[in-house]
Amino acid sequence: MNTIFGVPTPALYGQILIGLINGSFYAMLSLGLAVIFGLLRVINFAHGAQYMLGAFAAYLLLTYVGIGYWPALIVAPLIVGAVAIVIERFMLRRLYGIDPLYGLLLTFGLALILEGAFRHWFGAAGKPYAPPAELTGALNLGFMFMPIYRGWVVVASLFICVGTWLLIEKTRLGAYLRAATENATLVQAFGVNVPLLLTLTYGLGAALAALAGVLAAPIYQVSPLMGSNLIIIVFAVVVVGGMGSILGAIVTGYVLGVLEGLTKVFYPEASSIVIFVIMAIVLLVRPAGLFGREE
Amino acid sequence: MSNAPLLEIRGLNAWYGESHVLHGVDLDIREGETVTLLGRNGAGKTTTLRAIMGILRRREGVIRLRGKDLIGLPLHKVAQAGIGYVPEERGIFASLNVAENLMLPPNVAESGMSLDEIYTLFPNLHERRSSQGTKLSGGEQQMLAIARILRTGARIILLDEPTEGLAPVIVQRIGDVLVALKKRGMTILLVEQNFRFARKVADRFYLMEDGRMVNSFPGHELDARMDELHEVLGV
Ligand SMILES: Nc1ncnc2c1ncn2[C@@H]1O[C@H](COP(=O)(O)OP(=O)(O)O)[C@@H](O)[C@H]1O
Ligand SMILES: [Mg+2]
Repeated sequence: MNTIFGVPTPALYGQILIGLINGSFYAMLSLGLAVIFGLLRVINFAHGAQYMLGAFAAYLLLTYVGIGYWPALIVAPLIVGAVAIVIERFMLRRLYGIDPLYGLLLTFGLALILEGAFRHWFGAAGKPYAPPAELTGALNLGFMFMPIYRGWVVVASLFICVGTWLLIEKTRLGAYLRAATENATLVQAFGVNVPLLLTLTYGLGAALAALAGVLAAPIYQVSPLMGSNLIIIVFAVVVVGGMGSILGAIVTGYVLGVLEGLTKVFYPEASSIVIFVIMAIVLLVRPAGLFGREE
Repeated sequence: MSNAPLLEIRGLNAWYGESHVLHGVDLDIREGETVTLLGRNGAGKTTTLRAIMGILRRREGVIRLRGKDLIGLPLHKVAQAGIGYVPEERGIFASLNVAENLMLPPNVAESGMSLDEIYTLFPNLHERRSSQGTKLSGGEQQMLAIARILRTGARIILLDEPTEGLAPVIVQRIGDVLVALKKRGMTILLVEQNFRFARKVADRFYLMEDGRMVNSFPGHELDARMDELHEVLGV
C-alpha cells in the first residue's frame, strides 16, 4: 500500500476530504459572521443557532410538509432570514452605538433560548436527514472513493462563498455595504437608507448560516446543539482571518479545515485544539488577524 | 429669481452632547445663489453644515428647503430632498475604487451630470477610475468628493473648506469648477477661510463667531470690509 510519511494515502486523502468539508462549513459560517460584524459591529453569537435553525427547518419541512431537500435550500434560509430580520428590527437595533458587549449578550441569550427550546421539543439526540436521491452513492476518484454528497457540499460552499464575495465586491449593494462599514453616517447622509441596509445584512448573514445548516443536515444529523459545537471553532476562524475581512474569513475557513484534517492524520491527539493553537499564535503575532487591517 | 429662499434657516441651535455649539443661527440662500460662510476655526461653520444635513441630530429651530421642514426627517431623507454634502474631511472610501466612490451617492433628481460630463470636467478621475479611492492625491480626492455630488442631481451643494491644504493650481481648478457650477444654476453654500478664493464666486457672505451669525453682506462689499474681517477672522 502507498504511504506518505508512513501514513497510508487513502487515510490521508480521506482526512483531507473531511477537512475540506469541515472547512466548507467554517468558511460559510465565518463569512456571515464577518459580514455582520463588519457593518453592524455586532458579534453574532446566535450564528450557530441560526445554522441549527436552518437544519431544523429542512428537517421539519420534510417531516411535516413533505418539502424536500432542493426546495429547502431556498425555503429554510428565507424562514431563518425572516426571523433574523424580526430580531434585528425589534431588539438588535436598540443596541447600536453602545458597547458591543450588549449585542454579544443579546445574541448569546437568544442562542441559549433557541437551543434550549429545540432541545425541549425534540430532545438532544440527532435526527437523521437523508441526502436527496440524486446525491447518494460514491464516486471512484481513482485514488479514493468519495461520497457524492460530500463532494457536492464542497462545490456548493465554494459557489456560495464566491457568490457572496462577488455580491459584496462587485455590486452596487455591496458598495453601499462596504462604504457603510467604513462610515455609515456619511453613506446615510448621501441618501442611502442605512437602517434598512443593516436589517438586510443581518437577515442575509443569518440566511447564509441557515443555508449551511441545510447543507449540513445529511452529513452531521440535525440536533439542537449542532451549532454550538461548531460556532466556537468558527469564532476562532474569524479571529485568525481578521474580524470583518470577507476574503479572510473564506480562505481561513478552508485552510484551517484542511489543517485540522491533516493534524488528525499526523498527530491525532492535537486535532481538536490545533485551530485554537493557531488562533493564539496569530493573536500574538498579528492581533488584527491574517487578513485584517491594523487600526 | 424668486424672493422665497431655497434654503431657510431660523433660530438654529445645535448641541454636541451637552455642549451647546450653535446659538440661534439665521441663514437664507436663494435659488442659484452662492453664499460663503466665513469664520475662524471653531466658529461653528462645519457644525452648521452638519446640522443642516441632519448628521448632527440634536437641533432646534427651523431648517426649510423649498418651504419643507428638514429637521423632522431621518438622515437619508435630507439628501433625497435635494441637498448634496461635501464634507471637510472629504469622506472618500478606502474600500471603494474611484468609480465606485463616484457612483455611491444615489440619484436625488434627474438633472444630475452624466458620467461623460463628469469625466470631461475631471479628466484625472477618469484616468484613475480603478484606483483605490484613498490612493488619490488630496486635490483629486476633493474633486471626487465634489464630482460624486454633481452626479446625483442635487440642486444645492454644501461645500466645507474645499481648498483646505491644497496647492494653488488645484485651488484654481476648484475655483473654475465652482464658476462652472454657478453658470449651470447650482445653489452653493460654501465654507471657506480663503476669501480671495471665495470672492470669485460668492454672491453673499455670512460671518460667524462663537456659534452665532454676526454679520452678512453682499459679495461686492468684501473689499470695503477687509479690516473688519481681518479682526473677526484673526488673519
Ligand atoms: N464632535 C464634536 N464634539 C464636541 N464638540 C465639537 C465637535 N466638533 C466640533 N466641536 C466644537 O464645536 C465648535 C464648532 O466647531 P466647528 O463647527 O467644527 O467649527 P469650524 O468648522 O467653524 O471650524 C468648536 O468649539 C468645536 O470644538
Ligand atoms: Mg470646520
